[in-house]
Amino acid sequence: MQEVMKKRAIELLSDGTVAKVIGWMPGEFSYDMTPAVFTTAEEIESNFVYNDFCGANVSKYVMREQKKASDAKILVFLKPCDTYSFNQLTAEHKIVRENVYVIGVGCDGMADVEKIKAAGIEGITGIESDGDKFIVKTVYGDETIARADALAERCAACKSKKLTVYDEIIGEDGEVVENSGRFDLVAKLEAMSADERFEFWRNELSRCIRCNACRNVCPACTCEQCVFDNPKSGIDQKAAADSFEENMFHIIRAFHVAGRCTDCGECSRVCPQHIPLHLLNRKFIKDINELYGDYQAGDDTESKHPLTSFTYDDAEPSVIHERGNE
Amino acid sequence: MQVNEQFTPTIVAFCCNWCSYAGADLSGTNRLQYPANVKIIRVPCSCRVNPMFILRAFQRGADGVIICGCHPGDCHYTTGNYYARRRTTLLFSMLDYLGIERNRTRVEWVSAAEGAKFAATMNDFVAQITELGPNRRLEDLRCRK
Repeated sequence: MQEVMKKRAIELLSDGTVAKVIGWMPGEFSYDMTPAVFTTAEEIESNFVYNDFCGANVSKYVMREQKKASDAKILVFLKPCDTYSFNQLTAEHKIVRENVYVIGVGCDGMADVEKIKAAGIEGITGIESDGDKFIVKTVYGDETIARADALAERCAACKSKKLTVYDEIIGEDGEVVENSGRFDLVAKLEAMSADERFEFWRNELSRCIRCNACRNVCPACTCEQCVFDNPKSGIDQKAAADSFEENMFHIIRAFHVAGRCTDCGECSRVCPQHIPLHLLNRKFIKDINELYGDYQAGDDTESKHPLTSFTYDDAEPSVIHERGNE
Repeated sequence: MQVNEQFTPTIVAFCCNWCSYAGADLSGTNRLQYPANVKIIRVPCSCRVNPMFILRAFQRGADGVIICGCHPGDCHYTTGNYYARRRTTLLFSMLDYLGIERNRTRVEWVSAAEGAKFAATMNDFVAQITELGPNRRLEDLRCRK
């Protein structure tokens, strides 16, 4: 697949259809695939990578490149979950769709290198997918690990393998996954008592070092200036000084992307402290689905965003007093 | 019990200029009593209330936050409180999810003619917060009095 993608990228680059290619290249480690912008065929030939470590969502990079030069034609490779973010960005007028050539790539779920390492596999140099297992290449030779054991958590509860936007497809398009179970953990938390929930979140959020990685990677966090970068706020660019600031950062960040979050799971992937941040976003998605009807951000570029629309008979705020544990 | 008897909560009430603030005014001119520890902040519309305002209120020492606006359908700006209704529902649900007592927050629709409702709501809310005790889960230690 990687070779097909490389070949097609070089074709489109050399015939002038596009001026830039957005994809992935190896980062510091060979399992640490990082989004990259290519402008020459040589770069693509030597650096372009697509394998089961390419979990990074590259849709936000389209916005960044268009900011630099808005009329440059860009080729971007999008996995199904990236296409949702791409659509959402298009809907918010952050991406000029006409100037982007989208190649949708099929995805069977990405591997989580932490899980592979936890299984005792060291010296990782590459990975290959083989049915229900991954073949992990290491400096000590090939190792195999069951797909279920190495799959990233967000991919195990994949919401959709459907490419919602593309100009052409490499690999296979999939379907929306019904009953993905992605809200199971949220429901489990909701069933706990308030004390238990408080304990749980204190335990998680107190680890936050305010590195802002979750915000910077988030395809929904596209404000020109973030509220947390406001020097008058007293909380800009510094570690949380108090449990309140830890809570506030995450509550407000989740609230600001509520209804626009496509649940791509990048926030949790990049968190160096392994805080399950996606559980905050999923709570909002679950509430929106339950209270205002099923909504999937990024499904298309037309539908109305649940927080900028309303119905006359919406639930009253007291509805939260009527459900679950206190 | 001793602690609860001495505890007087601080309540922040965001009141919309057109209905609830006038309602509060009416309860005053009607000489209806409500506790003095309700601090009213006048906002143009209930949808002016940014989630950050609510969190900041808790940070700076509020033990409870109540948002009052026009009844749905009666908004001075036609639709403001419909948006506020969705936003506050989601935000308060999130606070509840994080284990912060759900009874510390409330939304109430109070019209300009409902002075009695305003006083009754505030009395009830203050009693509720007094029972809950001081806000410890969403406070900023540096702001503790």
